[in-house]
Amino acid sequence: MAELDTSGGGKHKGGKIRSKKASTRVDLTAMVDLAFLLITFFMLTTTLSKKKAMDLAMPDNSVQKSQLPVAATRSMTILLGSHNKLEWYMGEAGKSAPTVDSYGKDGLRKALIENGKKVAETHAAPDNFMIVLIKPSDKSTYENLVNTLDEMNITGVQSYAIVKITPMELGDLQKNNIY
Amino acid sequence: MPRVKVARKSTFIDMTAMCDVAFLLLTFFILTAKPKVDDPTKAEIPFSSKTTPVPEDNLATITVGNINGKSTIFYSVTGADVRTETLKAMGDKYKVSFTPEEISRFSLLEVFGVPIANLKQYLDLRPDERKGFPTAGIPADTTAANELGDWIYLSRQAERGLHNRDLDIAIKGDRKQEYPVINEIISILGHQKKFKFDLITDLRAAPKK
Repeated sequence: MAELDTSGGGKHKGGKIRSKKASTRVDLTAMVDLAFLLITFFMLTTTLSKKKAMDLAMPDNSVQKSQLPVAATRSMTILLGSHNKLEWYMGEAGKSAPTVDSYGKDGLRKALIENGKKVAETHAAPDNFMIVLIKPSDKSTYENLVNTLDEMNITGVQSYAIVKITPMELGDLQKNNIY
Repeated sequence: MPRVKVARKSTFIDMTAMCDVAFLLLTFFILTAKPKVDDPTKAEIPFSSKTTPVPEDNLATITVGNINGKSTIFYSVTGADVRTETLKAMGDKYKVSFTPEEISRFSLLEVFGVPIANLKQYLDLRPDERKGFPTAGIPADTTAANELGDWIYLSRQAERGLHNRDLDIAIKGDRKQEYPVINEIISILGHQKKFKFDLITDLRAAPKK
């Protein structure tokens, strides 16, 4: 983009030869082009999505604190099995048949909300919140664990813990072909 | 009748302002840009709905990646000074003497996944040669004393000594990682009385409704 010469272009006939005044204008086009190119480059290479953190608190297993008795009917146990499947049951192990379920909004989330409501209806306040025990088996994946913890967060379960799975529960998972 | 002459205008646009703005933005992007760290762990992190950002400093990250079908543990800690102190302490503990050159190289190392016995060899390589080095991962088990546990413990000590604060721990795992390895790490942290830590996740792209 060169500048058009709009000056008259007259010839100096016989007149004094004047030194031409050089323009102080610098053509910035190339410089701007370069600057925008670099801007584009840096915009595209910066990492915009930052990683998120999910905080997790495990119980301190070294101190034996006096434990409050909790009604078994308020506890829900979730067993994480293989093949992205889980099973859950309310109350004590072996007393009620576990339900095989999947992760996601129609599986675990629905179960959590429904059970939470049931517990809230059948128990007197303030001890009417549900307690969830998460028991990952060795065949479950890290993603399963994170998903389960995320569901706790979504459904607003106040108290949950990651607990070691028992052999009996493992047998149960095997029976349902998800171990 | 004189013809009306249309004044011929110059096509030259004053680009000074545009140039200024362009360079201002450029400076901003250069200063805010964080170079992408080449992640050797190749861990695909799971999604969650959490929106708390991961802290930028005072953080130790234990990454469980999947290298050639085997779960491999990597370790990284922020702060060159913390890394230096940690390596010195680890060298004392495992009777490996590192040269000042190796220590300064280690302080620039973002993430590593080699046992302490091979770390000296690893550090002697040029950065481009390190890719070919077998990544065996940091040995770990559920007992109270193991290599990964020592790395964590000594870097926590270093952080305490240098900045007088407790190091935050984050676990970054591959989605398909099976639970036993994660359990191993959680129990190592439990042995050190570290019961609160972070799991690194990615924000779910489209929230399920």
